[in-house]
Amino acid sequence: MAHIQLKNISKTFGNHTALTGLDLDIADGEFFVLLGETGAGKTTTLRLIAGLEKPSEGQVFIDGVDVADWGAAERDVALVLQQYSLYPRYTVRENLEFPLKPKIRRLPDAEIKDRVDRAARTLRIEHLLDRKTDRLSGGEMQRVSIGRAIVRKPRVFLMDEPLSALDAKLREALRTELKNLQMQLGATFLFVTHDQIEAMSMGDKVGVLNHGRIVQTGTPHEIYNNPRDTYVASFVGSPPMNLIDGRLVNGRAVMAPLNFELPFSGGAKASGATDGRPLVFGVRPEDVYLESGAPVEARVHDVENHGVEKILTLRVGDAMLRATVPARTDVAIEQAVRFAWNPDKVVLFDKGSGVSLRHAG
Amino acid sequence: MAAVRTSSEIGFNRVAIIAVLVVTIIFLAPIYWIASTAFKPRNLATTIPPTVVFQPEISPFVKLFTKRSQMRSPPSPEEYAAAPWWERVVFDGGEKIVRDGKGQVQWSGYPSRFLNSLIIAITSTVLAVGMGTFTAYGFSRFKVKGEADLLFFILSTRMLPPVVVAIPMFLMYRAVGLNDSHVGLIILYTAFNLSFSVWLMKGFMDEIPKEYEEAALVDGYTRMEAFFKIVLPEAATGIAATAVFCFITAWNEYAFALIMTNRRAQTAPPFIPSQVGSGLPDWTVIAAGTFLFLLPVAIFTFLLRNHLLRGMSFGAIRK
Repeated sequence: MAHIQLKNISKTFGNHTALTGLDLDIADGEFFVLLGETGAGKTTTLRLIAGLEKPSEGQVFIDGVDVADWGAAERDVALVLQQYSLYPRYTVRENLEFPLKPKIRRLPDAEIKDRVDRAARTLRIEHLLDRKTDRLSGGEMQRVSIGRAIVRKPRVFLMDEPLSALDAKLREALRTELKNLQMQLGATFLFVTHDQIEAMSMGDKVGVLNHGRIVQTGTPHEIYNNPRDTYVASFVGSPPMNLIDGRLVNGRAVMAPLNFELPFSGGAKASGATDGRPLVFGVRPEDVYLESGAPVEARVHDVENHGVEKILTLRVGDAMLRATVPARTDVAIEQAVRFAWNPDKVVLFDKGSGVSLRHAG
Repeated sequence: MAAVRTSSEIGFNRVAIIAVLVVTIIFLAPIYWIASTAFKPRNLATTIPPTVVFQPEISPFVKLFTKRSQMRSPPSPEEYAAAPWWERVVFDGGEKIVRDGKGQVQWSGYPSRFLNSLIIAITSTVLAVGMGTFTAYGFSRFKVKGEADLLFFILSTRMLPPVVVAIPMFLMYRAVGLNDSHVGLIILYTAFNLSFSVWLMKGFMDEIPKEYEEAALVDGYTRMEAFFKIVLPEAATGIAATAVFCFITAWNEYAFALIMTNRRAQTAPPFIPSQVGSGLPDWTVIAAGTFLFLLPVAIFTFLLRNHLLRGMSFGAIRK
C-alpha cells in the first residue's frame, strides 16, 4: 500500500513532448483513474511510476521516498496491460507463479502455492490453472493478468487500459469485479483509460489528462458537474455537455449568434460573470428538457433510443444541442419542439480561455 | 476455410500436388545420384546409360576411410605423439581395420577432415548465432546511437565476394600463425556469419513484444533474467532458423578452407575433390565422401524442421 506523488514531471521523447509539468497525488488505498484521449500521456505516466521510463524532469515519490534511482524490480509495483502481459509459453499457474519467483523476493514454495490458489479463487480461474495461455479467451486472459498482479501484494497496482480489448458485456462485469477487488484489498490503484464511463464508475478520484497536462483532478462528481474547462466538459459525459456561445444580459443568457434567450440563475455563484462578457454556456443533456410552453423552438434532428431514455439531437439555427429525455417522450424527426434548461445547472466558461468561471480566480 | 470445395479448387489442388512432386524430384535427383553412386561398384559408376539396378556394396566407403601404405608411410613415433587425439585414434584403428598381407592399411584423411568440419562448423555457428542474438536484442530494444549506420556497416561485410579478401586474409593469418588452425577458420566463419545472424535475429527480436520483458522487469526480474526466461524461449524459432543457415554456410564453405588449411585443420569440402587428382578418379569414393558429408546438414535440418517452417513464415504473419 502506498502513497504516490508525482512532482513537476516532464517527459520528452526526442522532439515529442509527452508530459509537461505534471503533478499528481494519489492517496494510500485510493482508486485513481487517469482519463485522457489516446496520446495524452496516460501510459507514459504509468510507465514512469513503474520505473520503465525515466522522467526528463521532476520527481516520483513512493511513500515519500524519491525513487529516481530505483529500477522497475525494486519499486514493487504491479502492472496490468491491455494485452501481451501473459507469457505465452507458460500455463496459467506458471504465469501466476512467475512474479513470486524472482531472486530478489523469492517466496517459499508452499507460500507460492497458497497465494496462487487464493488469487485463482478470488478471480474464479481455478479451473484454468493448468491451461496454456494461448488457449484462453480475452476475458480469461485479463483475469489471469490481474491475478498475476494480486498474487504479489504489491505497493501499487498500475493498470493500463486493462478492459479496453474486451467486449462490452465482459468489460462491465470486470469493471465491477475490479472495483470490488480494490475495496477488498484496500490497495492503491492507478487505472488508466480513455473510456470516461470507466473513469466515472470506478474512480474514487479522476485525473483528466490532455496533451501531457493534468487539466482537472477531482471526484467523478466534481469532474462531471463542475468541469474546469470546456475540454473536460466535452470529454466527460456521454453524450457530452452542450456548449453554446453567448452573453449574460440582465441575468438572462442571451445566445449569439444562435439568437435565443434563456433564464439564468447562477449569477451569484459565477463571480466575474459580468454582463456582456463573451461566454460559453455549458449544460448537460439531462438538464435540457422539452416543454410545450418553453422559451426556445427547435427541430428534432435525430433520435437515439437507449431503452430507458432517448437522446435527442435538436437543431437550433445551424447548431446542434443534445437532450436526454424519458423514453416515453414521443417525438419524430423534423418535428418542431420547444425546450428549456435547468438554470441552476448551467456552467459558465470564459469564451477566450475556455476555463470555467467557478475555477478561475 | 471454405467448408465446401468447388471443383475448380479441387482441380487446383491436383495441379499444385503435381507441381510440388515435379519440383521435389528435380531437387532430389542429384542427391539420389550421389547416394546411388556411393554404393556402386567402381566399374558401374560411369556407365552410359546409368546403371539403376545393381548389387550395392560398401567398397567405396572402405576405400574412403582407408589408405594403403604405399600412399603414405605410417607415422613416426614423434609424429604420433604430436598428433591430436582423434588422429591417434585413426592411426591406432588403421592397424586393425583391414590388412591385405602385403602392406599396412591405415585410416585415410577423411575421418579427421570430417571431424574438423564438424568442430569448425558447430563452434562457429554457436558463436555467430549467440553473438548475433545478443547484438540483435540490443539493436531491437535499446536506443543505439547511429543504429541505422551500424546495421548498414554490419551488412556491408557481405557486400563483396569473400574470396576477394582471401589473399590478404591468408597473409595476415600466416603472420599471426592462424593458418591451418581450427581457431583460424572458426574466427573466419563466425565473422562471416555474424552479419547475417544479426540481421535475421533482429527481425525476430522485433516481432517479440517488449511488453513481455517489461512485465518481467516489473515482476522483479533483472533484464538479464528477463532475457533468458522470456525472450530467449520466444526467439527459439528464429534462433533455430538462423542456426541452420549459419551451419550450412560454414559447413559448405570451400574457398577459404582450401586456401587457409592444408592438413591439420582442413575441412571436408577441399579434401573430397583433392582425391580426384591421384590417378584415375574413383567417382564412387568421391560420391561416398559427399554422401556422408550431406548427412549432418540433413539431420540438423530435420531436427529443427518444425522451427524452420515457422521461422520462414514468421514475418508474414501479422498479429
